[in-house]
Amino acid sequence: MIEVNEKIAIEHGLKKDEYKKICDLLKRTPNITELGVFSAMWNEHCSYKSSRRHLKKLHTKGKQVIQGPGENAGVVDIDDNDAIVFKIESHNHPSFIEPYQGAATGVGGIMRDVFTMGARPIANLNSIHFGSPDHEKTRNLLRGVVKGIGGYGNCIGVPTIAGQTCFDESYNGNILVNAMTLGLVNKNKIFYSKAAGVNKPVIYVGSKTGRDGIHGASMASAIFDDKIEEKKPTVQVGDPFTEKLLLEACLELMAGKSIISIQDMGAAGLTSSSIEMASKGDLGIEIDLTKVPCREENMTPYEIMLSESQERMLIVLEEGKEKEAKEIFDKWNLDFAVIGKTTDSKNIELFFKNEKVAEIPIDFLAENAPMYDRKWIKSELPKKNSFSKDQFKSLKLGECLNKILSDPNISDKEWIWNQYDHTVMGDTIQKPGGDAGVVRVHGTNKAVAATVDSSATYCNAHPLTGGKQVVCESWRNMISVGAKPIAITNCLNFGNPEKEKNMGEFVECVEGISEASKYLNYPVVSGNVSFYNETKDKGIKPTPSIGGIGLLANYKKMITMELKKNGNYLFVIGKTEGHLDQSVFARSILSRFEGPPPEVNLFNEKHNGLIILNLINKKLIETCHDVSLGGILTALSKMSIKGNKGVNIFPINGLVNKFEYLFGEDQGRYIIEIKPENLENVEKILKNDSIHFDKLGLVEGSEINYGNDLKISIDDIKQGYKKWLREYMVS
Amino acid sequence: MKSSVIIFPGSNCDRDMDVALKKFGFKNQMVWHNDDEIPKSDLIVLPGGFSYGDYLRCGSIAGKSKIIKSVIDFANSGGLVLGICNGFQILTETGLLPGILQQNKYLNFICKNVFVKIKNKENKYFKNIKKDVLELHIAHNEGNYFCSNDELKSIEDNDQIAVTYCDQKGNDDEENNPNGALKNIAGVFNKNKNILGMMPHPERMIDQYLSGEDGSLFFENLIGSL
Repeated sequence: MIEVNEKIAIEHGLKKDEYKKICDLLKRTPNITELGVFSAMWNEHCSYKSSRRHLKKLHTKGKQVIQGPGENAGVVDIDDNDAIVFKIESHNHPSFIEPYQGAATGVGGIMRDVFTMGARPIANLNSIHFGSPDHEKTRNLLRGVVKGIGGYGNCIGVPTIAGQTCFDESYNGNILVNAMTLGLVNKNKIFYSKAAGVNKPVIYVGSKTGRDGIHGASMASAIFDDKIEEKKPTVQVGDPFTEKLLLEACLELMAGKSIISIQDMGAAGLTSSSIEMASKGDLGIEIDLTKVPCREENMTPYEIMLSESQERMLIVLEEGKEKEAKEIFDKWNLDFAVIGKTTDSKNIELFFKNEKVAEIPIDFLAENAPMYDRKWIKSELPKKNSFSKDQFKSLKLGECLNKILSDPNISDKEWIWNQYDHTVMGDTIQKPGGDAGVVRVHGTNKAVAATVDSSATYCNAHPLTGGKQVVCESWRNMISVGAKPIAITNCLNFGNPEKEKNMGEFVECVEGISEASKYLNYPVVSGNVSFYNETKDKGIKPTPSIGGIGLLANYKKMITMELKKNGNYLFVIGKTEGHLDQSVFARSILSRFEGPPPEVNLFNEKHNGLIILNLINKKLIETCHDVSLGGILTALSKMSIKGNKGVNIFPINGLVNKFEYLFGEDQGRYIIEIKPENLENVEKILKNDSIHFDKLGLVEGSEINYGNDLKISIDDIKQGYKKWLREYMVS
Repeated sequence: MKSSVIIFPGSNCDRDMDVALKKFGFKNQMVWHNDDEIPKSDLIVLPGGFSYGDYLRCGSIAGKSKIIKSVIDFANSGGLVLGICNGFQILTETGLLPGILQQNKYLNFICKNVFVKIKNKENKYFKNIKKDVLELHIAHNEGNYFCSNDELKSIEDNDQIAVTYCDQKGNDDEENNPNGALKNIAGVFNKNKNILGMMPHPERMIDQYLSGEDGSLFFENLIGSL
């Protein structure tokens, strides 16, 4: 057996003082299995040692919250005994090393988190970020990730209903793959990971354990260097077919009353699942590793404990229910093994071939895990740019619009979502490509809307504002389809927390998220943190991804973003000041990259959103789309393209320059379409509530016209908008 | 009218099919792949999904499964057997339908609405459908139909082509071929027209809030013609 020393501990990703703490706690040197267990539990990915202190500041409460952060996933009430279980999680590091399997197992992992709680997954979403399109790796990474996400989700038969794809050179060496799943559960039949009772059988079900993924969680807690190719063996391999069987078998077992607690084996496999169950139940756990079903021969206790083989679950059963449970897993052809029991020792005790190979007090691994108060620096709000009229003089609106619509971050992503099955389960009523994906709650009049958003550019310019903005953007996407926003899940992707600047970005983004979600009653109920997204000293832009969900009490009232009918009026809700700093226009047309992100006014945000929801519920508006990247003209163009209808834009009132008005990215705005007969009524409601609105134009013809400055056919703008990604992928 | 939907491990459109059949009046039952026999039925459906993971070749393991013997017997005695997507793949694997389904031409999974032209209405599946072109939905990675020249001649001679990919107006040319299928074939019959396999999913198009409702026409006709 390998003798443990400081050097080996450091190779396991532990710091010197952490290793010393382990020896002090145990009052001896750990053996190699124990060291492996410590390293798996104490790495950043599992212990949240840099982030825990700050995550406590998140707003996590609300009447709708059944389960907040700390479980496999968050749970919210959607009335009539129905609840939605949902969470987002990162699989960044593995996806960069092996895009197909990395992304596939990311999807598999998040779905397990959801059905572990007793919920049937009803929708998948994802947020994926890649390096610059010109970077040599980008195209293959994108292709691999999309195939991986599709390969897994399509096979399981859960629709992928929405997502987001971004390109930025800061991800050249660290792509982001964040996967989100929503599941539906009866709120009285939710399963938790907390074990209870002594001498209860501990059951292993699912796939066999192999040598894949050993130390995956530690890998996800390290920065990349030149040797990343050597890390390929730490990437897990997914088997969606087995997961589908596991899903059905678990739900079948859950219909009965034999499960005390259940936990999927995700990051750090058997180690973290067994320890979490025991820790939450304030119990001990005893496992005979000889009984763990293994795929490969001669696996050591160390390997069995650290394997991240996929599609496995750990269950604590009521005594005497083993036979009944085994029959279900036999039916689905899955491994089922009683591998241990709960104890009152409060230790984890591992046996192998009749010998005790490890014994560690669970406290040491969970509560005594290191927690750091890392140093961080505050970001100043950058000074505003002043754009002179001369800068706009030579610009033509139409050319600017075409350039923006074919920008990689704006252009159509159909090439991606056509590869995801988005209609299986027969309840998808809003497909990808709209403001949010919407699925019906099967057999009811309700529907759930979901979306994922991030705004790394804004977060990079000013993390506090960026954090607020991305929550608001998510909220607006819910409103735009007519859903009442309920709650969010966040995936916090950041650089190296040991660097004060990166840590500061994290702290301030979290602060921003917290402030906005509290104000909007849009609490965070689950999530994860991914640090060390850094390659050779270059970190990513701070990228919190926000997964939001909302509820439609009557799905027939859902609305979409495409223009509906000639002769209808278009209004912009919310004030347009023409904020160009950090906008797509400033960056891609004016080549200006500095300045503050648009200001977030939470009062207006909430006020405007609730009015829109009111108008939708009263059936007074036909169409709604929020104004985000690229401003009013970009939003309008997308509405035109989707509805195949033109617009005549009215002359702009006020002092704002037309470029600022049409491309500015001020927050809290929506474009709505109103039938002439509802015009008076809508105006009255808006005025009564002191909502700022502009009359933007009329739906008509097959062109977008703005006086003498813009005359462009829908077919023309469609070209650029639709073709960029398709051409990029085949070139 | 009684129908049976066979569930293989890895099937994932079984519930959708169950919902659709019941909506249009079938008394449907679910049958497990390991069962010995199929309850008395007027229609057997092999649903979409990834039976047994489709790791060897789509539909190949399901084509050798325990229940499939009963399906073959039922089909050979003239019973109606419908295979959608993976179900179509399984039917070609059993030899009940001619040809095979290869990987899509551009090697990607495709999920989108398509139009299909009904090529033969002299059968229970399409008999009273008034429209000639239906808007349906595909979601597959292996839907690229192929068969030998001799087989093609035989299925053409026997009017076995059921539906072809086309545009809204019914032009079933190369431009409207999403996956490279031979002659734009989206679905075929056996010689007796009691067995139909097709890639598009009518069960995903059964009300106005979904991607479309032409799937309703299919099921309405089916129950009406039995």
